[in-house]
Amino acid sequence: MPRAATLLRVAALGLLAAFLLRPQAFAALFAPLTQYGAPPIYDQGNLLTLTLAHLATVCAAAVASTIVAVGLGILVTRQSGAEFLPLSRALVNIGQTFPPVAVLAVAVPLVGFGVKPTLIALFAYGLLPIFENTIAGLQGCTSELLEAASGMGMSARQRLLEVELPMAMPLILEGVRLSLVISVGTATIGSTVAARGLGEVIIAGLLSSNTAFILQGGLVTGLMAVLLYDAMGLVERRVCRAAHVA
Amino acid sequence: MIRIENLSKQYGATTVVDAVSMEVERNTITVIVGTSGSGKSTLLRMINRLVEPSSGRVLIDGKDTRSEPAHLLRRRIGYAIQGHGLFPHRTVAQNIATVPHLLGWSELRIGARVAELLRAFQLDPAEYAGKYPHQLSGGQQQRVGVARALAAEPSVLLMDEPFGALDPIIRSKAQDDLLDIQRRFGTTIVLVTHDIDEAFRLGQRVAVMSQGRVLQYDRPAALLTRPADSLVARMTGLADRALRLLSLTTAGQIATPGSAGGPTIAASASLRDALSEILWHGAESAQVVDERGAPRGSLTVAAILAHGRPE
Ligand SMILES: Nc1ncnc2c1ncn2[C@@H]1O[C@H](COP(=O)(O)OP(=O)(O)O)[C@@H](O)[C@H]1O
Ligand SMILES: [Mg+2]
Repeated sequence: MPRAATLLRVAALGLLAAFLLRPQAFAALFAPLTQYGAPPIYDQGNLLTLTLAHLATVCAAAVASTIVAVGLGILVTRQSGAEFLPLSRALVNIGQTFPPVAVLAVAVPLVGFGVKPTLIALFAYGLLPIFENTIAGLQGCTSELLEAASGMGMSARQRLLEVELPMAMPLILEGVRLSLVISVGTATIGSTVAARGLGEVIIAGLLSSNTAFILQGGLVTGLMAVLLYDAMGLVERRVCRAAHVA
Repeated sequence: MIRIENLSKQYGATTVVDAVSMEVERNTITVIVGTSGSGKSTLLRMINRLVEPSSGRVLIDGKDTRSEPAHLLRRRIGYAIQGHGLFPHRTVAQNIATVPHLLGWSELRIGARVAELLRAFQLDPAEYAGKYPHQLSGGQQQRVGVARALAAEPSVLLMDEPFGALDPIIRSKAQDDLLDIQRRFGTTIVLVTHDIDEAFRLGQRVAVMSQGRVLQYDRPAALLTRPADSLVARMTGLADRALRLLSLTTAGQIATPGSAGGPTIAASASLRDALSEILWHGAESAQVVDERGAPRGSLTVAAILAHGRPE
């Protein structure tokens, strides 16, 4: 089973790399999808550059979401911050339910076109899974464990850093993983406000009725999501094993 | 020495611990026993300030426990709880090293101490140091929990129902181990339990608690022979008090020189066990031997029975 998974992983990564580095080699494959001699491979920009820009946007947003969501999660699970739980939860939920397209529409007049409104939309959209998982992870620490930690003379800070966070880490990572994957797909809409990314390929396809472009944009995005999901799974398992929890 | 002065704890209008005063002697095991909800844990936790007293104070070696920050105080006091509270994400060695780490001991000193404790608790360091708590049996986890509490060489060890989760045979072994460990490290131990047998077996002094008050604080024999009131008498077991009294004295303590026939009994056996053994063999007396099997004298039924009633 793990061997099959590794094989699949390597194959997916190889396929993605091959396509991004030598897209023209796949021209024959996509040619049947084009009409009237339209280019079978996206030719309005470098696919590799677009993919890396896409990835960078997604990762930057995920880092910001993680910092804020974990920070909030820690705050509201402290005795002193418990009263902020309903408010934080409401805000984070709004971030998730407010459609990213609408966020873009609101953000563009404020920060202009480009990557900034996209980052804001992805950031808001990615908070919820990380926030909820952080809370669940921190609350999963039994009172017995916390009492033992305090009883041995850990300060509140030491208890958080040495007991609560390590114990919550698998769940927090699971939240980040979810957030990342959702973000990879969602980030394509950034291209409507001139952020560089794989959305450009899809939009170009839509504008010129070129199914091959649409498919290429979609496939690269999808493969990236699957590989990211998988990579985060590996990180999680490694952390769990190191921490011997979950 | 721990001096508890007029210590009380209220939660809202309910008084959970009610003006308790007692002194715990150095290098002894003191047991606080009482029914569930009588305030034992709260009293114990006020000693290391996991619970802040509503009034009264605690002095350890003459020093008020409030004279330093609570977390620093707790590093000097061992604390072991029911279900051990081991950190699942840390190895046995890391768990034991918790307080020494907090105190900033050198790695060398920590390593030596961890190995010493593992050996003292009959866990081979080579095999167990790197294991995780979930890889241990319940009895081993409990031993590691106590080892962790003792790691920084605290002069005081607080234990809250430490053996509560163990089955009877392992529990009995754990109690023996604790007596050994106490003798070996000379720690002052305050132990909370709801099990009166455990209290009698471990405690040099026993405080009987009910509804937040200490009804009597005395030597086990005195609790049986001179109970302060009918509640203490009932809690310490009216029906089998004579047998309990016998279990407080060992055969070695009352053996007289000479031989008298009958079964052979270890000097460390209690009079209760000695009597049982003599009855079983249909004899009138027994031979007492020390751990090496050398004769220590003999013991008659009459001599045993004389210890089963108040003076
Ligand atoms: N934090 C608390 N808030 C309110 N009541 C408490 C709290 N802690 C303990 N109590 C109450 O105090 C009483 C004594 O509790 P405890 O000291 O744990 O008893 P024991 O250890 O003897 O079973 C119980 O009735 C319990 O419900
Ligand atoms: Mg209790």
